[in-house]
Amino acid sequence: MGKTLAEKIWDDHIVRSAEGEPDLLYIDLHLIHEVTSPQAFDGLRLAGRPVRRADLTIATEDHNTPTLDILKPIADPVSKLQIDTLRSNAKEFGIRLHSLGDADQGVVHVVGPQLGITQPGMTIVCGDSHTSTHGAFGAIAFGIGTSEVEHVLATQTLPSRRPKTMAINVEGTLKTGVSAKDIILAIIAQIGTGGGQGYIIEYRGSAIRALSMEGRMTVCNMSIEAGARAGLIAPDQKTFDYIKGKPHAPQDFESAQSYWQSLYTDADAKFDVEITINADELEPFVTWGTNPGQGLPLNASVPNPAEIKDAEERGAAERALQYMGLVAGTPLKKIAIDTVFLGSCTNGRIEDLRAAASVLEGKKIASTLRMLVVPGSERVRQQAMTEGLDKVFTDAGAEWRNAGCSMCLGMNPDQLAVGERSASTSNRNFEGRQGKGGRTHLVSPLVAAATAIRGTLSSPADL
Amino acid sequence: MEKFIKHTGTGVPLRRSNVDTDQIIPAVYLKRVTRSGFEDGLFSAWRLDPEFVFNKQEFKSGTVLVAGPEFGTGSSREHAVWALQNYGFKVVISSRFADIFRNNSLKGGLLTVIVGQAVVDALWDAIESDPTTSITVDLEARTVSYNAITVSFELDDYTRWRLMEGLDDIGLTLKHTDSIDAFEAKRPAYKPKTLPIRV
Ligand code: SF4
Repeated sequence: MGKTLAEKIWDDHIVRSAEGEPDLLYIDLHLIHEVTSPQAFDGLRLAGRPVRRADLTIATEDHNTPTLDILKPIADPVSKLQIDTLRSNAKEFGIRLHSLGDADQGVVHVVGPQLGITQPGMTIVCGDSHTSTHGAFGAIAFGIGTSEVEHVLATQTLPSRRPKTMAINVEGTLKTGVSAKDIILAIIAQIGTGGGQGYIIEYRGSAIRALSMEGRMTVCNMSIEAGARAGLIAPDQKTFDYIKGKPHAPQDFESAQSYWQSLYTDADAKFDVEITINADELEPFVTWGTNPGQGLPLNASVPNPAEIKDAEERGAAERALQYMGLVAGTPLKKIAIDTVFLGSCTNGRIEDLRAAASVLEGKKIASTLRMLVVPGSERVRQQAMTEGLDKVFTDAGAEWRNAGCSMCLGMNPDQLAVGERSASTSNRNFEGRQGKGGRTHLVSPLVAAATAIRGTLSSPADL
Repeated sequence: MEKFIKHTGTGVPLRRSNVDTDQIIPAVYLKRVTRSGFEDGLFSAWRLDPEFVFNKQEFKSGTVLVAGPEFGTGSSREHAVWALQNYGFKVVISSRFADIFRNNSLKGGLLTVIVGQAVVDALWDAIESDPTTSITVDLEARTVSYNAITVSFELDDYTRWRLMEGLDDIGLTLKHTDSIDAFEAKRPAYKPKTLPIRV
């Protein structure tokens, strides 16, 4: 019997396997940031262990860095300590670090692909759950905890149990105004936040193949919101073209490419689970609740918990509506927004900024809200400025910021106030995720831009 | 890591599903560079509500958290495990855990026990009707017992052995350095490196 893509990559990385034990997996690339690494480096120091492969490791500052006045000392002393700790650890252990102000600083999952260091057939880990983003290149990429960060630093391997495999086939053609973000939000609403638990998801089908690399990254990024260990997409000519010319593209491109071309699921391979989604029917999607599975098409209304059969889900919906300050039956399009956040590792790449700018061009954002545009990386920011996108945003009345995670998780000063409501292109609508008491609706960049203009949740078709 | 063989304590019923790691420990608490002191951030937003179960006197000394399904979804932050441990929890029981959280917990010696939702429901009822109900989690026998009821749970032999011995994964892996060397010798040259920096 043939193998799935995930099985091929997994098997290519087994250093050691023994009956009853997890496989010892070799890790091709380890990404690091300031929040989940300090205790790992401490552990190394305590045990007197070196970093085994600094040349397969790269660090960036992103989670708690400011997006204004980035070259001034960081005002919050605790954030500053964490950044300083990363800087001194990188220096001590010889790890490449992209600091604030550097051309390659930015959200860790935007930085890897733009350097061309994320390639097909790799195993990639990071102390961050959205590492699944890199799966868009046909890699097994997953988030790990700090103990595992220390393990990878010390050994360049990770003991891991082989996940099961799931195929999600997205067939058909997306309507205008419907994007990669809507595909993944619809998938999560369908299979639930635990639907992917224990699986690596392979996204397949004509609608996935039609997506750009940026769109594929958006889909893979939110695999974790469906509970999956990782998500990936078979590499194709688009993948190869994207990598070509990037700083760390293989010098022997031919050899690399001939290996990459073997990375697909064999016709006779079997997935443990297969799901099919009809792309023709998808609409712009938005979340109404406090977990990413609580989403609906934008044309729908806030659901009525009383109509939910499952007691657990009903309770969760009731609590979510209370937290979100929403009344059952309200059309989603009537929900007024205070802040629009465009950015994050889900939708902070150049294509996302272009999509939003195409809607905002020549228009003004509603006077009732603020809009923050935070490019995923400094390179994205530079590229956007070369294309004049920053002007489009500022002319419309939005704020043009420096790169980082920013309001995606509100560790830096960019936060929602209590009760403030956002339309956000990020990936998590958990209680307080974007600031204590803040309320988040997850949307695509197109919906974010249209919402900014109208002041209520909207799609470009409503303009 | 401390050895885990058997633990007896009282329970805390957390009747919520989809408890994400942003609730367990909000991002603002993640700026510390140590592994301790996270107990103050544990469920800090929910603890503002006087009715929240953690604020009830009768549950203050619980060491076994009994939670709804999909416990620990979201962010990979291991700080969630540390916060639960720093607060005093030794075991979390649920019908479903998010993968990364479960991985982190078992690496760090916080035992996460998976049982059916009916067992969770029964445990909730038992703890709520008598908060002093004593719960014993026996890793050797792979059982949870309370009030003369005993339920078994599954955990693979390898993980169980590692937890019972209190073994550090890195030490175990370093015994196989030869295999790692051999693997590296065969890695193709076109695989990317982060150093030297190319622009
Ligand atoms: S942008 Fe958001 S989701 Fe992505 S790495 Fe940063 S905090 Fe995590």
